[in-house]
Amino acid sequence: MFCEKAIELIRELHRVSDGQLPAFNEDGLRQVLQEMEALYEQNQADVSEAKAAGRADLIPSIKLRHCCLLRNQRCVVAYLYDRLLRIRALRWEYGSVLPANVRFHMSAEEVQWFGQYKKSLASFMRSIGGQEGLDVTQDMKPPKSLYIQVRCLKDHGEFEIDDGTVILLKKNSQHFLPRWKCEQLIRQGVLEHVMS
Amino acid sequence: MDTPSYFPVPPGVGMEENFLSLDDILLSQERLPVRTECVFPRLGFLEKSSDSQDIPEGTKMELPLWLCKGLYEKKRKVLSVELPKIYKEGWRTVFTADPNVVDLHKMGPYYYGLGSQMLHFDSPENPDIANALLQTFIGRFRRTMDSSQNAYNEDTSVLVGRLDCLEKVLFRSGQNGLNGFQCWEKGQAAQLTASSLVLNYRKRKLVDVQS
Repeated sequence: MFCEKAIELIRELHRVSDGQLPAFNEDGLRQVLQEMEALYEQNQADVSEAKAAGRADLIPSIKLRHCCLLRNQRCVVAYLYDRLLRIRALRWEYGSVLPANVRFHMSAEEVQWFGQYKKSLASFMRSIGGQEGLDVTQDMKPPKSLYIQVRCLKDHGEFEIDDGTVILLKKNSQHFLPRWKCEQLIRQGVLEHVMS
Repeated sequence: MDTPSYFPVPPGVGMEENFLSLDDILLSQERLPVRTECVFPRLGFLEKSSDSQDIPEGTKMELPLWLCKGLYEKKRKVLSVELPKIYKEGWRTVFTADPNVVDLHKMGPYYYGLGSQMLHFDSPENPDIANALLQTFIGRFRRTMDSSQNAYNEDTSVLVGRLDCLEKVLFRSGQNGLNGFQCWEKGQAAQLTASSLVLNYRKRKLVDVQS
């Protein structure tokens, strides 16, 4: 049956249901596009024959191949779109700089898309909240206090806070830091929020 | 409790599919028994049991739902689609008798989804099929909702094992609500947490390095 490769692409994404991005299946995509080309060419030939030799009986087969073309198209578009949704989620979970192992899984066009999305989000954030803008990727949970107690889960080097003091983030060290500086590091699993 | 950022396209409701929904694409991959009502020239290779160049009229074969939907026409010149047995009268009586007993996961994981899609094929039994789907759902919903709201911090595989995909989504939704509420009650709702996505990436990286 046609469209087996296309459905494999969809299954690949569906298997990773938590929103992680698997590697870009360039090979698979190419095979689907090749199948589409072959189907299209067979249909072109059959249509000309149907017109020229009056073979209306070829029409059901033409319709069938057309359905396969539409199916392949649907699978490819859904595959690419779902990947973009996952990449968009990366901006909100990881921040603007993606780790190398995640970027390896993205195609060149997807990396470009991520850059443009970042830019759109940044200009949106700058346009709201008065002069300095508003960082909407922060305060995902309603804040209860300005400063929070955090424990360092891994060595992260030096960290500068607003008044100029430099803090050394060494594994297992505890600090009392402004909430807005720590939020991203907590999300990335570098710091742990300690509740008293 | 983690706020999700990945929002996949949800499946369509009722007889409509969502074009971009991965769930709907997988649902429409399910195979249906059909009978060809015309010849399909030069496509004989799709029908494995015979060697002819064309698919003759009257061939019984299995085609995926998406192809059946694409080829089907009301006047039935092209294809006639047979109802899978779980939507036929026999099984319908079993379902309506006691919906809670049935293992919907084994009956084809997309019982409600596929059933709704079968309504596209103008079977005379359509009103009965639609009614059976509805009654089965109503019968099972109470138990699904109940168990999702009361199973806290325990292994739910037994509860979930006999549910169809739609019910599983509802169950998970209920569990998320329950966990969120418990988290809030314990005062943990204000605690900032690491992103589960980030943690999963890290776990996967370790696995890749080890393999």
